Amino acid sequence: MARQQTQIIRLNSVSKRFVVHHDKSLKDRIVGFRQSRRHRQDFWALNDVSLDIEAGTTVGLIGHNGSGKSTLLKTIGGIIRPTSGDVWRRGRLAALLELGAGFHADLSGRDNVYLNASILGLSRKETSARFDEMVEFSGIEEFIDTPVKFYSSGMYVRLAFAVAVHVDPDILLVDEVLAVGDEPFQKKCLDRIEHFQHEGRTIVLVSHSADQVGRMCERVVVLNNGELSFDGAPAEGLGVLRRQYEEGRVRAGVEGERGVPSGPMAIRQVRSHVKESRGVVSVTVEVDVRMRETRPGWGVTLSLDTTLGMRLFEMDTLGLGVSLPLAKGDHTIEITFPEASLGPGVYLVNAALEARDGRTFDRLLGAATVEIPHRGVGRGVLHLEPRVSFDGKGLR
Amino acid sequence: MPHETPKRASANRVARARIASIAELDFEHVGRRPGLFRGTITSIRELWSQRELIWLLARREVKSRYRDSSLGMAWSLFRPLAQLAVYYFAIGQVLGVARSIPNFAVFVFVGLTGWTLHSEIVSNSTKSMIVNSGLVKKVYVPREVFPLAGVGAALFGLLVQLVVLVIAFSLLRDFPPVGGLGYAVVSIALIVVFATALGLLLSALNVYLRDVEHIVEVMLIVLFWGSPIVYSFSFVHDTLNGGLLEQLYLSNPVTLAILGLQQGLWAGSVDSTVSFAPANLSTMLAIALAASLLLLWIAQRVFARLQGNFAQEL
Repeated sequence: MARQQTQIIRLNSVSKRFVVHHDKSLKDRIVGFRQSRRHRQDFWALNDVSLDIEAGTTVGLIGHNGSGKSTLLKTIGGIIRPTSGDVWRRGRLAALLELGAGFHADLSGRDNVYLNASILGLSRKETSARFDEMVEFSGIEEFIDTPVKFYSSGMYVRLAFAVAVHVDPDILLVDEVLAVGDEPFQKKCLDRIEHFQHEGRTIVLVSHSADQVGRMCERVVVLNNGELSFDGAPAEGLGVLRRQYEEGRVRAGVEGERGVPSGPMAIRQVRSHVKESRGVVSVTVEVDVRMRETRPGWGVTLSLDTTLGMRLFEMDTLGLGVSLPLAKGDHTIEITFPEASLGPGVYLVNAALEARDGRTFDRLLGAATVEIPHRGVGRGVLHLEPRVSFDGKGLR
Repeated sequence: MPHETPKRASANRVARARIASIAELDFEHVGRRPGLFRGTITSIRELWSQRELIWLLARREVKSRYRDSSLGMAWSLFRPLAQLAVYYFAIGQVLGVARSIPNFAVFVFVGLTGWTLHSEIVSNSTKSMIVNSGLVKKVYVPREVFPLAGVGAALFGLLVQLVVLVIAFSLLRDFPPVGGLGYAVVSIALIVVFATALGLLLSALNVYLRDVEHIVEVMLIVLFWGSPIVYSFSFVHDTLNGGLLEQLYLSNPVTLAILGLQQGLWAGSVDSTVSFAPANLSTMLAIALAASLLLLWIAQRVFARLQGNFAQEL
């Protein structure tokens, strides 16, 4: 089925180098003229990123801090000019990189609405036409003529968000601003975004919230040190990101000996198998462990997460009272869940090796994925077998 | 082939219509280094489409300056009046300059009006990038709007001063000849163009080197005395005797503009035997205006080149 694809954003091997000057004042520059090279430090915030975004899609940009996702968003928005490469774009764009950018504390809410709308590209007439709608959305009708410096922070962002969602963009760039206000307002915002999606607007979103990305995006782009390391389905993308986090943590050596290759034992590989027979699913996880020295009293900890990062289940073999092999060498530990009541979808398996005293020898997050087929009725992470009856008569 | 999920909107009609309309549009090249001439046209078109924003930003600057003060806008009158009083008494009466300049109060006020316009434009726009850094870093608008909003705010100040001037004229029953008004208009245009050019350049430089705004402040204080505001041009002429230094003195567009303003708005220029302005002032004004327009164009091109890195340098 050949579907006509309309691209709206095109990035062609975009790179961005940042030069950090440590000398900002005239004195520093004159005094340090000769060493001025030494006072500079540059790094590539984006390295050869190519990306096509189709109109009407919602794309999540994820990555750890400093991976370049905000820079990429700003490059798309034209706020930052790439060092090399090209950015092509069409249609009206609104960038929500910071709510209330340009709000002036001394001006009234009304004045700020007009100013902010103008910054986001609305004409005065268009703003007037939507003004009431914006104010209603923000829910601060009574204070609209009060200077915004008297607003609570919640009111401030609500007004800002209300303006932002009432401009009529083809492309909306969003950077970590969706978690504003109280819960009902957050829901309102997300509903609004969903509405945007239904209207065929293109949304590019930077978020640290796996939940948000998983719920809203149909495509995820993972950046790592300025390079594009994954581009595809959200579930896999989030898995890739979590592995990157883990690598980063191991490299930083945050938790002492864990991940140190010379530790007493290490996880070599984790595999998973799913078997289905007559509606019953069984999951088997195999953990390959290399023991470098003989060590008693250790166990395997296994946990199961949704791709959105929600922990569903966690267990360890120590708690089961199972004794695992003590000898040096390679072993495979097999853990089976004969009747896994998991709903259809992809789940992540995390594995760790721990000692009885709580020390961790090795840990692998997102070590394997488990894909549960659809069976029976219902949706969700749990698989339940419902029985229905009425008036005391059993049916089914 | 991406799989169909409920999130994909292609099924509904509104979405299809929007996507179809996007398919018709041409791609625009974002953040490209602008060419010299094509870039000029693009910039002008972009700025024209942002005129409402410039107006709103200028209004914001004026409004927020006097917000919460009980006298409000009235304060914008007091500064020029206080300056006038100081110069009138200190220089006019105490130092005796007023004796050789008829109608000294109006003379000083006219000069001050021109100078204030110039210095306000330059200092407002120099600081504009830093003041609006929150916006520059987070939203894309053509960055020229910020210095231009500074120009707008300065023009508001000019308006107030002109109102004061008109009131003074009617109180003194001493209106300048209508024929001179052309001088005033050209002079104001000259100041606006020249100061805007400087402001654009300096605002861009100030992003890279924060000392610029302090240098500008100091220079403005010094250069105040480089134009015939509280003394008359005849003093300069008598001292320099039309030599090279006088030519240098007259090559300052602000000086020329202030001479033009005096010529247009100060009645003393007509009924006096002393020469308060060089003979070929109108030619000089025209040349200065042309040169300033060229400078403005160059300044805008430099600005356009430098602004690509503003967001990261701020």
